[in-house]
Amino acid sequence: MTHLLDVKNLTTRFYTPEGVVHAVNGISYTLEQGEALGIVGESGCGKSVSVLSIMKLIPDPPGRITDGEVLYWEQDLLKLTNTQMQNVRGKDIAMIFQDPMTSFNPVLTIGHQISESLTIHLGMNDKKARKRAIELLDMVGIPQPAQRYASYPHQFSGGMRQRAMIAMALACEPSILIADEPTTALDVTIQAQIVDLVKNLRDKLGMAVIWITHDLGVVAGMVEKLVVMYAGFIVERGHIDDIYADPRHPYTLSLLNSIPRIDRSSDEKLATIPGLPPDLLGLPPGCPFAPRCAYAVERCHRENPQLASVGVNHEIACWVDVTAQSSGSFAPPTSHQKQGGTRARQQRTAPTAQLHQDTQEGCDD
Amino acid sequence: MTDNQVLVHVENLKKYFPITSGLLIRRQVGAVKAVDGLTFDIYAGETFGLVGESGCGKTTAGRTILQLYQPTAGQVTFGGVDLSTLKGKELRRTRRRMQIIFQDPYASLNPRMTVGRIIGEPLRIHKIALKDEQTERVEELLHLVRLNPYFANRYPHEFSGGQRQRIGIARALASNPEFIVCDEPISALDVSIQAQVVNLLEDLQEQLGLTYLFIAHDLSMVRHICSRVAVMYLGKIVELSEKVELYNNALHPYTQALLSAVPVPDPPVERKRQRIILEGDVPSPIDPPPGCRFCTRCPYVMDICNREEPQLQDVGGSHFVACHLMK
Repeated sequence: MTHLLDVKNLTTRFYTPEGVVHAVNGISYTLEQGEALGIVGESGCGKSVSVLSIMKLIPDPPGRITDGEVLYWEQDLLKLTNTQMQNVRGKDIAMIFQDPMTSFNPVLTIGHQISESLTIHLGMNDKKARKRAIELLDMVGIPQPAQRYASYPHQFSGGMRQRAMIAMALACEPSILIADEPTTALDVTIQAQIVDLVKNLRDKLGMAVIWITHDLGVVAGMVEKLVVMYAGFIVERGHIDDIYADPRHPYTLSLLNSIPRIDRSSDEKLATIPGLPPDLLGLPPGCPFAPRCAYAVERCHRENPQLASVGVNHEIACWVDVTAQSSGSFAPPTSHQKQGGTRARQQRTAPTAQLHQDTQEGCDD
Repeated sequence: MTDNQVLVHVENLKKYFPITSGLLIRRQVGAVKAVDGLTFDIYAGETFGLVGESGCGKTTAGRTILQLYQPTAGQVTFGGVDLSTLKGKELRRTRRRMQIIFQDPYASLNPRMTVGRIIGEPLRIHKIALKDEQTERVEELLHLVRLNPYFANRYPHEFSGGQRQRIGIARALASNPEFIVCDEPISALDVSIQAQVVNLLEDLQEQLGLTYLFIAHDLSMVRHICSRVAVMYLGKIVELSEKVELYNNALHPYTQALLSAVPVPDPPVERKRQRIILEGDVPSPIDPPPGCRFCTRCPYVMDICNREEPQLQDVGGSHFVACHLMK
């Protein structure tokens, strides 16, 4: 089956004086036309590096994509030359970044920067490009777009800059929009505006979206498919509803339990994940989450589990079945035929909730 | 938790930052009205939340309450003493009792000092402990924030964000304060580390009977940790209430929009939620709109809102709202 985007075993390393940083460790996922995929994880989990690798924007040296394929309509982007890749960037796959201030050139007007990609990729003349750029600014909800065309980035507020960046990304109607934490630097009310805008534009233009975030709330109403990353690995993958209703990887489970909800009052303590994310310079031999995992068994420290199916379109990389844990028995996730996701995840919080971090937690010498 | 004993009383607090022009003769040409008339009480033993978007003046409010900024007008009474009347030694003595935890754990620790010296600094400044007692007290404080006591000899760069924030908390606790301003203590931290620090703050409050002013923009976390919450917009409080009342029955249009903008980590719920999407951005605090400051973005704006500024009024059950719709 042909996919719009098929990422296979993507591996990216950084060769630094301190050693080799294992930033992305063989991740695979697919994206269909018009689909929205969320990639969640904490800082340093490799989510940004993974999409920068897709765009071939990893600075080399020190970075290098050491393995894998990125198939865009069956064409491997990693095999393209830089010039060929320039035709893909912005035209087929566009990207928006976390900090819109540093992603714009401060000495060029917003309008100039948007029309630039129109003249380069679509061969428009200046007049046409200007007209189209104003249309785009209007489409992303910038008031008085004709006047704003001549503004410089510093004259825009954070939210407006992000809108302008979206306009720039959508200039050539790409089939994939990659959004790398586009709302992290923004206030909640502005974040709501941007999320709403991207949702509407996606419906209107039928493009696929990859939305990278550390905020489990933002993706909830945004995407259908979800990938959870930890230490450069995908630890859980599936339909977002299944993952939120029935998280099966201990990391996803603890992460969801550690965030308070605006629509619920609770006097209970938040569940915590003890310790710190591992150093990507020297990953432990087994599962990267094992040192912090409340469910870890001896095998977890020896062997790193592969993604295995636990339901329809729901996979986890874990030796332990968190659903079986409550009854005290261990079973590999593949042998477990749990379906339906009826059990609320609140019932499964016991082992993580008991784990209070102690003085040892800071002793990661 | 709350026995309704007022620890901090803030009355019509204002802080304007002057804007000057001219090279030799500097004249004031305007002012950034960062905090423009706040009035509220913080009860002993509670966690009082101050929320709002960036630029609304919440950090300035926290710092002005501690007299880190000289207030332009208004009063702060701490434990019955008007802080603006205190000077020099007396003010310093009172400062022992109120401390602050900063937002950025990377910028708030001196990189050239060891952790032991950082935490011991308040002890030296306030002459709380003798030299040999200091080491002991530092170890005790490190233990209290669940860090290893050996860490006293290390430097801040050797620690992660969460650990640095614990060092900042230990420093704040060194002088045995009653009141701590937590200025966005978790917003620079990763999701899995935030819960660790929040739980630590809650445990310390229970253990030491602390009172917190918790400044944040993360409304979900504020709901979790605070007992009462004030919502700020452009230097003013627009709504103040008990937590449960505020989150279930927000009356000010800004609070309603703010709450609806926070995403819920639950896909079926999130897809169905109706959002109030505010248009535009927060106006400049240099030249705030006359009348109600929210009138430029308010979906229910009326004539009177452009003319007259609404006062904070009690709508029952110690729920205060500043909005003309309430009349």
